[in-house]
Amino acid sequence: MQKKVFQLLVDNTSGVLSRISGLFSRRGYNIESITAGVTADPNYTRITIVTSGDDEILDQIEKQVGKLVDVRDIKVLEPDESVYRELVLIKIRVTSENRLSVIGLVDSFKARIVDVSKESLTVEMEVKGISDSKIDNFINLLEGYEILELARTGLIGLGRGTDNVTYLP
Amino acid sequence: MIGADAMVKCLEKEGVKVVFGYPGVAICPFYNSILNSEIESVLVRTEQNAAHAASGLARVTDGIGVCAVTSGPGATNLITGIATAFADSIPMICITGQVNSELLGSDVFQEADITGAVESFVKYSYLVKDVNDIPRIFKEAFYIATTGRKGPVLIDVPIDVQNAKISNFEYPEEISLRTYKPTVKGHSQQIKRVIKELQKVKRPIICVGGGVALSQANQELIEFAEHHRIPVVSTMMGIGIMPTKHPLYFGMVGNNGKPYANRAMNEADLIIMAGARVADRAISQPDLIFDNKVLVHMDVDPAEIGKNVGPTIPLVGDAKHIFKDFEEHDFYCDSDAWVETLNGYREEMEPKRPDHPGFVDPAKFITRLSEKMEDDAIYVADVGQNQIWSCAYHVVKNGRFLTSGGMGTMGYSIPAAMGAKYAIKDKQVIAVCGDGSFQMSMMELATMRQHGINSKVIVLKNNYLGMVRQYQHFTYKDNYSVVDLAGSPDLEHISAAYNMPFFRLTSMDEMEDMLDEFLKNDSACLMEVLIDPMDLV
Repeated sequence: MQKKVFQLLVDNTSGVLSRISGLFSRRGYNIESITAGVTADPNYTRITIVTSGDDEILDQIEKQVGKLVDVRDIKVLEPDESVYRELVLIKIRVTSENRLSVIGLVDSFKARIVDVSKESLTVEMEVKGISDSKIDNFINLLEGYEILELARTGLIGLGRGTDNVTYLP
Repeated sequence: MIGADAMVKCLEKEGVKVVFGYPGVAICPFYNSILNSEIESVLVRTEQNAAHAASGLARVTDGIGVCAVTSGPGATNLITGIATAFADSIPMICITGQVNSELLGSDVFQEADITGAVESFVKYSYLVKDVNDIPRIFKEAFYIATTGRKGPVLIDVPIDVQNAKISNFEYPEEISLRTYKPTVKGHSQQIKRVIKELQKVKRPIICVGGGVALSQANQELIEFAEHHRIPVVSTMMGIGIMPTKHPLYFGMVGNNGKPYANRAMNEADLIIMAGARVADRAISQPDLIFDNKVLVHMDVDPAEIGKNVGPTIPLVGDAKHIFKDFEEHDFYCDSDAWVETLNGYREEMEPKRPDHPGFVDPAKFITRLSEKMEDDAIYVADVGQNQIWSCAYHVVKNGRFLTSGGMGTMGYSIPAAMGAKYAIKDKQVIAVCGDGSFQMSMMELATMRQHGINSKVIVLKNNYLGMVRQYQHFTYKDNYSVVDLAGSPDLEHISAAYNMPFFRLTSMDEMEDMLDEFLKNDSACLMEVLIDPMDLV
């Protein structure tokens, strides 16, 4: 089993996301994260999927997704040739006694506090790779604190440089 | 002009001659507009059969079939037919009526999310929301259905869109699909690699599948095989691409195939899979090993290559193009000894069937039937024991052999034969089914009568769901469960009810004469053939 990041350029039609996610579920492929958003050209949507499987499965995913009518192209974002980002928001229950020690942890992880209330702190954290363990480490260090809510954007990424760009008309 | 008129106009522009279907309120604007067109409508007796009829038509004309049904249950009834076509890559346009677009999503009467429901069985689907999109969508739908790996495309049209005025009807000349670009031409480097291997090996074989028929590459394949003396076997969907009696043809492979065909695959040192999926039924012979073989996989769908077995040389493209490209290279393939070996296997290994005194032997019956049929006749096999016998004993001369291969949909033969006969009226078209599959589609006898469609129907009657009974015989030691067809109607009465000539064959002695009489009869007619209920394929 290995992880792979696929980057898709698809027609921005209604239902395109369900066509792609439906293909994953009916063929039994994993989705670890999926994100979609319109590109600079509003005709196209870029979808980033983090998935895992053995070589044959990953090869089938690439081919099966690639042949969908709405998919213009599918590429693998290799770790050493790509930049990745993911944003994570974590809401932690705090009291007036322990607030400062949480803030200390947040600082040492170079994370940012984006919301403060009497009983909670919300922290924003950036992930830069598929095997980035920063979040797990942070959560481990939060043992003893209660995580109220956690949300992640899912990974996005782009290839480095101009070698592998699909130029749109 | 309203949307419904535009839909009909689009079909005219695509050269459609007939629509198989079943109306309901949500598709009524379309069926009203079609009255002003030369396009004919055939009323089937249940929606699934509209899709099968369109499939039969598409396959024998190398064209595309069209069916049109109403929303809700009309559309959901169509799904099995769509899935059947999808599994065999048959090009088809399925038009469904839909409830008023403003009511979509509110679960009103006869609303079904059909585009959602068929997502995994169609090549693509459209829900039309703007009447002005109709020409573009129809143009795209026909293009998508008939190019690359072919398949059904569904167009769902809400009734208000069918009734809306269209400002300017212009059928696009060109397609501009941003994201859909199928590969047709094979990679020349890969073709050269195959030729290099072919010159080295001693025991090459080609296994043809339905993809070769779909790309109309029969002639190219035969020329290629003859030119280089490469033996040919086929999958179920590949039956009939090469005439059965061709000296280089060695039968169908797979767990229901000919033993000598499987042995040929096993002993080959190079296999060209041409337009075949390498699917479980064809390849599940336990002893077939791909090690130490060169496997060339030729398919228009890159996702099929490597899905079930890893190829040595992948060859993505259309079979017709690729076989033509092969012929541009001159090479010699030394296979004479191999062909001779296979001829020996064919003689030694033809399975012997036990006698079934007091009954008609389906093997002999099917052989004699197909030998007596016209050279270019179309034989449509259903699903069950009848299908396996048909595959094994049917002799294709210059005609076609149709069946539901991928999905194995019972009840396919009568409507598919009906669609085929409707399209090519001067050819002999015969559906061969069992008494189980017959009762799944017997309502279509009415359609045949109504529209003067003179395809013929043969029922191999054993009063059992034979294929399942056989499975229970082996797997559950004759503990039969829900396979007895007691209660079936007397087919003579059925024939009389539909005013069709009837033939009942009860013994081998009458077979020759009765077959002659049956085939001579120009009208639609029904033949019942009594076979041993305990017979095994």
